[in-house]
Amino acid sequence: MIVLIVVTTLTAVTGVLGAATVVGSFGRRGPARTTSDFLVASRSVTPLWNASAISSEYVSAAAFLGTAGLVLTYGADMLWLPIGAAAGYVVVLVLITGPLRRSGVYTLSDFAEWRLGSRRLRHAVSGCICFIGWFYLLPQFQGAGVTLRVVAGMPVWVGWAIVVVVVLGTVLFGGMRSITVVQAFQFWFKLLALAIPAVVLVVIWRLHGGPDPTRPYPPAFVRPTTVSVAFHVGLRVPVGTQGWVDGVVDGRRYHGEKVLLAAGRHVVAEDTRIAFPAGAAVPHAEQIPVQCGDRWARPFGRSGDHPLFGTYSMLLGMLLGTMGLPHIVVRFYTNTNGRAARRTVTLVLAMLSLFYVFPTLYGALGRVFTPELLMTGDADATILMLPGRLVPGLAGTLLTGLVAAGAFAAFVSTSCGVVVAIAGTLSQSGSGTGVRKFRIGAVIAITVPLTLVGWLGTLGAAGLVTLAFVISACSLCPLLVLGVWWRGLTPIGAGAGLVVGCGCAVAAGLTQIIAGRQPGWWGTLLGQPAIAVVPLTFLVMVVVSLLTRAHVPRGVDRAMARLHLPEELLKDRP
Amino acid sequence: MAEPRRVVVTGPRSRGVPAPRYSPVTRDIDEQTELGAVYVRSLMRVQLRHSLATCAIVAIVVGVLPLVFVLAPGLSAIKALGVPLPWLVLGLGVQPLWIGAAARYVRRAERTERDFTDLVARS
Repeated sequence: MIVLIVVTTLTAVTGVLGAATVVGSFGRRGPARTTSDFLVASRSVTPLWNASAISSEYVSAAAFLGTAGLVLTYGADMLWLPIGAAAGYVVVLVLITGPLRRSGVYTLSDFAEWRLGSRRLRHAVSGCICFIGWFYLLPQFQGAGVTLRVVAGMPVWVGWAIVVVVVLGTVLFGGMRSITVVQAFQFWFKLLALAIPAVVLVVIWRLHGGPDPTRPYPPAFVRPTTVSVAFHVGLRVPVGTQGWVDGVVDGRRYHGEKVLLAAGRHVVAEDTRIAFPAGAAVPHAEQIPVQCGDRWARPFGRSGDHPLFGTYSMLLGMLLGTMGLPHIVVRFYTNTNGRAARRTVTLVLAMLSLFYVFPTLYGALGRVFTPELLMTGDADATILMLPGRLVPGLAGTLLTGLVAAGAFAAFVSTSCGVVVAIAGTLSQSGSGTGVRKFRIGAVIAITVPLTLVGWLGTLGAAGLVTLAFVISACSLCPLLVLGVWWRGLTPIGAGAGLVVGCGCAVAAGLTQIIAGRQPGWWGTLLGQPAIAVVPLTFLVMVVVSLLTRAHVPRGVDRAMARLHLPEELLKDRP
Repeated sequence: MAEPRRVVVTGPRSRGVPAPRYSPVTRDIDEQTELGAVYVRSLMRVQLRHSLATCAIVAIVVGVLPLVFVLAPGLSAIKALGVPLPWLVLGLGVQPLWIGAAARYVRRAERTERDFTDLVARS
């Protein structure tokens, strides 16, 4: 059975990626040759292709697996994530898309140097980009590892290795033009990989009589379920439950005897198996809150620390953070002009809205059919486990293979985008440019998170993507917005803002990762610092710029004309 | 015998590929004169107004929705088609708003640019 799953999955994965790579390398006009080809696909990608590619890069492991897991665990509170994600693109569209495309430079670092004329500022921006990109790559590797562990029982490093090989292969030999096509293709593949099993699952859910996850009881097993606990965990049992235990519970060893787990806390040693009868309440891992269905289905149903404040701060981080994600913004340069770039973003919005319906659906179904994930804490596996759980036999195996292949497409496409963005930034930072430097940059881009991912274990995976958003909202967002719309920005002001914003955001994130969640206002602020740090960064940039007014770059009027005038008025300009 | 009247045959005016327009204003903008800068500033002001209006829509929706659910928890108990109201609103209801706001902004921004190009070409 497991062997069959592996074979299906890997065949599907290699088939998809192989097809995509061949289309990418040899489609259009032959293999990539010049640096310009590598970096921005020679600016000849149509809005539909580009919108598919952007959506594809955005739909990462966090969106694909994480959202479903978060919905299963925390319920309605996580529905703000898709809203913030889509709204972030509206902000990107109205504030920077057209001007950024018209500036005609390749990367965000180029933009900073071109607009403010400072080499040192350029390096500061490159630093921010690397931080954001690396924090974004880490969860991709982790997701790939989890996918292969859950689906095929393989060690996590196999997943990492596959992602590294495929990403480096695609990026090193094709550059951006190749991966634009690959990305676009993969978006539609991922959408189908989620949508087809989702339709099947909903039909089966109806056939089961449509069990309702929103009833006012703690989640319960709908059918007899045996749960294997892989690590030593503390469990919180909401309602007294019976189970047949094979292993160690609360320090006593059992060999398949019937045990009464009274309501309260219990400790389960590793490699313990507990068989629960249908209807038993699900014990929760300690870090997961126990919620009855009605509270789970209600926004702010949890009694946490300042949930409204946390939600606002998270939404602000996502709204403003999207514009600084280096792998997204670099894509606008591949549009033919500012107008096409704007239309691209509108299409992206529609595509993302469609996509995000499915992880939510899986999360809700998971609450009914795979509630043991609340006990094992492996909520990221929801999407991967549902098809096999509900659809018996070969059909279930095939659907699992399809979903897993979609998940791999997500890891690969996001990683490709981030690696190209970092490599492009790094390769232009030194003196001169060239394809060779781009390739070296790509290797550096992927090596740093790869060395960290083994270290990190499963710690803070969900928070890492949010952290990337927050860093971007606190550093690059103010730089871009002020750079595009305000003549008075000086390199010194921008630099000061970057140091303060990026510094605060990274410090808050690392504190959160190393010291764990803190209670009270302070902890809430550390967990979601955007609402405090973003205004601070804007303030620093504006005040320092006003104080150093003499350093406003001399060509600012020309730069503003270039950013805001329609292309046809500027035809004769370089 | 009167000769047939002469007619001028012209191609249809197309919006797709505008001919390069050279006018005094284009030169002003190019040469960074005070007048050129005034033109650019006026365009920026209009564009920024459209942008901020759209941002305001986003801010109002994102700012008000959480408050509504906090202040009126009774709303969450309502079900439509078996799905709780917050899930319908947050999962399906808000996204069309974003698409609409974005489409409206793109239309306005493009019209502004077209008007500006025409204005520059005329003057």
